[in-house]
Amino acid sequence: MYRLMKFNEVLKLNEKTKAFKAAFPHTAPILAGFVFLGIAYGIYMNTAGFSAAYPIVMSATIFAGSMEFVAVNLLLGAFDPMRALALTLMVNARHLFYGISMLDKYKGTGSKKYYLIFGMCDESFSINCTTDIPMNVDKGWFMFFVTLLNHSYWVCGATIGGILGSVVQFNTKGLGFVMTALFVVIFLAQWMKENTHDSALLGLGVSLLCLILFGGRNFIIPAMIIILACLTLLKNPLEKAGTSVGP
Amino acid sequence: MTLIERLITIGMVILGTVATRLLPFLVFPADKPTPKYIQYLGKKLPSAALGLLVIYCFKDVRLFIGTHGIPELISVAMIIALHIWKRQMLISIAGGTIIYMLLVQFVFLPN
Repeated sequence: MYRLMKFNEVLKLNEKTKAFKAAFPHTAPILAGFVFLGIAYGIYMNTAGFSAAYPIVMSATIFAGSMEFVAVNLLLGAFDPMRALALTLMVNARHLFYGISMLDKYKGTGSKKYYLIFGMCDESFSINCTTDIPMNVDKGWFMFFVTLLNHSYWVCGATIGGILGSVVQFNTKGLGFVMTALFVVIFLAQWMKENTHDSALLGLGVSLLCLILFGGRNFIIPAMIIILACLTLLKNPLEKAGTSVGP
Repeated sequence: MTLIERLITIGMVILGTVATRLLPFLVFPADKPTPKYIQYLGKKLPSAALGLLVIYCFKDVRLFIGTHGIPELISVAMIIALHIWKRQMLISIAGGTIIYMLLVQFVFLPN
């Protein structure tokens, strides 16, 4: 019995190690991007007059990069909690799409599911949503490590930035583009896997149109509504197109 | 703002973020069959959401002032070319980022 338990433990440990080893390479670009952006965020907080405790706690608990930059302005303004909530819901509304996309993928991941949902930033979503996880790797642990690694990169960056303040001197201008590059590549990879490109084109086209019409601050919610409306109206033809050429 | 007010503000941002991530899972719990329409969305939304995310990255690009989005355009073209050629995620990402950094640091200088 003792040996059997030990054997099971070893299996479980192997399962985790395997998942970690499979997950890490996918997060490598995010390591570069998050540490850099996190340092920038920490420095920003520092120059706004906040102690290192703020970027450390906020990066760990909010874990939504763009919203954390917005939150600095909220903290510097007049106390208005309802405005803070409303603004957060608007800036992060795109996460609703991620949740609907991941309903099935997160099924059967046990208690890890709560952390997967908490840590579902843009980067973790795109990796977990598009990666073909090898058959011999546990998908729950794979997604868990992708999320945990990304989370820890972000907290590390924010901590370094918050503590070092404005000490960093090398020219990092443009390094933040690594995140854009990541999303473009993930979009491309997904495009190459698909038989039909209808919803990829729809997402790209509608969002671009809304960005031109409504501007950078207000385009996400109208874009989401129009994407949902188009997918709903086109449900029958799209489903037919999907089944005729699908695997 | 007092410390308590700051903590409440941070708390509201946490609440808002968790709400947008958690809501679909609360509305469609795993132990109940997900409605057909939501299953359909679950299949179609990922690509559309990635498209939205790509556009979201360019939300601060100004076409009529500054560098007119030219460094972004060149770098994205580079990423696409590299990815079609090599199909190596890290090469495409690193290549595109290095090109972008060189462009904004040495070519498209702020006037």
